[in-house]
Amino acid sequence: MLTCKTVWRKLAPLARASSTVCRQNVGRAGLNNVRRPAGSPVAHMSTGPAGGGGDNRLYVLLVGAACLGGGVYAYQTVKGDKQRYQERLSEIASRPNKAAAEQPDTFIQLEAPAVPSTETQEAQISETPVSASAKESSPPAPADEVSAPSETTEPPPAAEPVVEAPTEEPAEQPAVPVVEDEPSPPSDPSPPELTEPPPAPVVESVESESTAAAESPAAETPAPQAEVVAESETPAAGTAPSPAKIPSHAPYLLIGGGTASFAAARSIRARDPGARVLIVTEESDLPYMRPPLSKELWFSDDPSVTDTLRFKQWNGKERSIYFQPPSFYISPEDLNSIENGGVAVLTGKKVMHMDVRGNKVQLEDSTEISYDKCLIATGGVPRNLQVIERAGEEVMKKTTLFRKIDDFKALDKVSRNLKSITIIGGGFLGSELACALGRRSADSGLEVIQMFPEKGNMGKVLPEYLSNWTTEKVKREGVKILSEALVKNVTHKDDKVEIQLKDGRVVKTDHIVAAVGLEPNVDLAKSAGLEVDSDFGGYRVNAELQARSNIWVAGDAACFYDIRLGRRRVEHHDHAVVSGRLAGENMTGASKPYWHQSMFWSDLGPDVGYEAIGIVDSSLPTVGVFAKATAKDTPKAATEKSGTGIRSESETEAVATSPVATSPAASPTPAPPAQQQKEDYGKGVIFYLRDKVVVGIILWNVFNRMPIARKIIKDGEEHADLNEVAKLFNIHDD
Amino acid sequence: MSYCRQEGKDRIIFVTKEDHETPSNAELIADDPNDPYEEQGLILPNGEINWNCPCLGGMASGPCGTQFKEAFSCFHYSKEEVKGSECIDNFRNMQECMQRYPELYPQEEDNESSSQAESNTGAPSATSAPNSDSTLADAASESAPSSASTPPTDSQTAS
Repeated sequence: MLTCKTVWRKLAPLARASSTVCRQNVGRAGLNNVRRPAGSPVAHMSTGPAGGGGDNRLYVLLVGAACLGGGVYAYQTVKGDKQRYQERLSEIASRPNKAAAEQPDTFIQLEAPAVPSTETQEAQISETPVSASAKESSPPAPADEVSAPSETTEPPPAAEPVVEAPTEEPAEQPAVPVVEDEPSPPSDPSPPELTEPPPAPVVESVESESTAAAESPAAETPAPQAEVVAESETPAAGTAPSPAKIPSHAPYLLIGGGTASFAAARSIRARDPGARVLIVTEESDLPYMRPPLSKELWFSDDPSVTDTLRFKQWNGKERSIYFQPPSFYISPEDLNSIENGGVAVLTGKKVMHMDVRGNKVQLEDSTEISYDKCLIATGGVPRNLQVIERAGEEVMKKTTLFRKIDDFKALDKVSRNLKSITIIGGGFLGSELACALGRRSADSGLEVIQMFPEKGNMGKVLPEYLSNWTTEKVKREGVKILSEALVKNVTHKDDKVEIQLKDGRVVKTDHIVAAVGLEPNVDLAKSAGLEVDSDFGGYRVNAELQARSNIWVAGDAACFYDIRLGRRRVEHHDHAVVSGRLAGENMTGASKPYWHQSMFWSDLGPDVGYEAIGIVDSSLPTVGVFAKATAKDTPKAATEKSGTGIRSESETEAVATSPVATSPAASPTPAPPAQQQKEDYGKGVIFYLRDKVVVGIILWNVFNRMPIARKIIKDGEEHADLNEVAKLFNIHDD
Repeated sequence: MSYCRQEGKDRIIFVTKEDHETPSNAELIADDPNDPYEEQGLILPNGEINWNCPCLGGMASGPCGTQFKEAFSCFHYSKEEVKGSECIDNFRNMQECMQRYPELYPQEEDNESSSQAESNTGAPSATSAPNSDSTLADAASESAPSSASTPPTDSQTAS
């Protein structure tokens, strides 16, 4: 209030001056508008300015009212805040009582960070009711019940004892066991950890004991570790055992639970005997591979594929998309005690804050985990179109951003029940999904539309002639293609989604799949003080994938320096594997730069399959060398002939590739022996050049020659005649 | 007869089989077998085992990784008449461990897995026994690039 007064005093003369001017203007206007009988005197005191008593009073009244109103409002708000705060705290305090009453097993946790870097007393509470029979881990419900932020340093009301210390040293017993937690007997056959908060409103506790019989492996866990107990349940196939105790320290901490992270974990374990690796992921699934989600899984004959998530590889053998079954992993609470170390996965936990100086991270629920070496492999989040985001909730409900297992399940369901799906985006993901859904459309009458701004599918990757040719192939898969389509507006009408394009075309559909790119996840850059690349996005790291002394980044989120090809960021599966492995090697002391060039591949229907390596950008000049094709040259034909998987098995142990080997009758007979067109790009090699040096190569329907391609790029030589280079590939052979 | 076409910045060449029959005169730089940056095969240039070789799948990194490493190392460095004869205990430990994780190390492949690991080449090619693929692939597979099948450093097999 005092400041208000001083400000007002300063401004008052100004205000008066300006109001005077206003009044004068008003007066003049008034004067002008008033009809005067001709000849009568000009001065009209009633409407005159300056000194007009009535106006002055009016003015004072208005200003006074405004001030009063403002003052009242401010007072109310402040009072209301205080009251709300009190209410909140008491509500939280009473929650454990309610929860305890509802369920036999509950338990909670939390501790305020001892580190004074943040507010000293931050009370947080979260509860995680353990449902006895729930199959799924329940991070959604519990995880974020919340924080009642203390607004200032003022200690929370007396009712809530403040608690401290997550001790990072196992040796140190929490000195303030604020709450006695009585372990209650496990009510599940599967041994969960249970603690039951006492009726006292005290809610925070530092948990140390693991309940007795519950965990036999845990029996060897030294109790003093200040570990946070969350919950544990029997894992469903593929879903991780819900986070159990969260270790307070992990020698190797991997943030993100995708391909890069898993590759790094494996690399670390191979090189550092007995290594203890902790993967922290916000997804609820164990590490899995993504390519089958838009390819093989759609071609599976198994009706329960959405549950089993198994697919057939090129060589006919089946495997799960999960890299390893749950038994491969150890439980997080055993991480620091188990004899030979292992890999533990903490699912449903998001890392919110990274303290580089202190070598630790903080999760959403404020748990802290310190590390010796850390890998950030957070991948990315699918981009969305602004027009869709602005279109409202109805449209958003009918839009899928495809990336995870859940998205696959949802889209599968949608494709069985709805009549029309539109895919926006003509790149890898969009085209693969279009082909997969297009194939389904043959049986079900589903309408599949694909729209994109480029002239043809893969327009940013393939040279124009090839992109056009590919688009024709995709159309043959049953997809309606709308090229050069820019979305102007999306609305929800008559229970359908209506897409208006800039050129006037209108598309009515039931569901949209937006495949318009990936936004790398750099949420931790701010708190960790890591550099973010402005050209490519992602964390900027050096050629050895290192961001800071003990921090590496791999996978989609890493913008790294490629010694041969320059700085770039790659969003492909094999790159995630290669960079993850490299990061793991470097985390165990290798100091190797990114050197082994990663490759990628795509299949668009039974006639088009290609593998590629390096920088494959359609804006570069290209030289394509094609063989005059015969009927034998398709991925499908190749598989059938050899009877084994040949898709660059040398590249990966179990490459998830391949269109279905058995093609349904829907597609026309495999490429007839005579060429349909004069130019049929059946198979060949395409070189991408930058300053006359080959920086990228596509092997078009030519398989198992990736090592040669890799060599050519590695050499980085200027070749005068690329036809001679093409000879190295023996494209005419099978 | 091959012919060539230019579409803007892109060049397209069609070639017949005959055109490509003459050997290529493109020059490739010779590879240095000791290049530290390159991906190595199963056996490193200094004679040690490359535990990170994709050819091993996840054998060295799984729950039985330690036992596997011990057994395989023993075998690798064995100088006995019958190679590995003194390593029986190590192999037994490994087998016991693997039996505890039947999901990861399918039981009937047990004997295969140990022998395969020993005799495996650096780059499983398509023609390699499907068994090795299944043990390595099913037991502990992920997509990881193996060393390219042609690098000169590639494998000396262990036996």
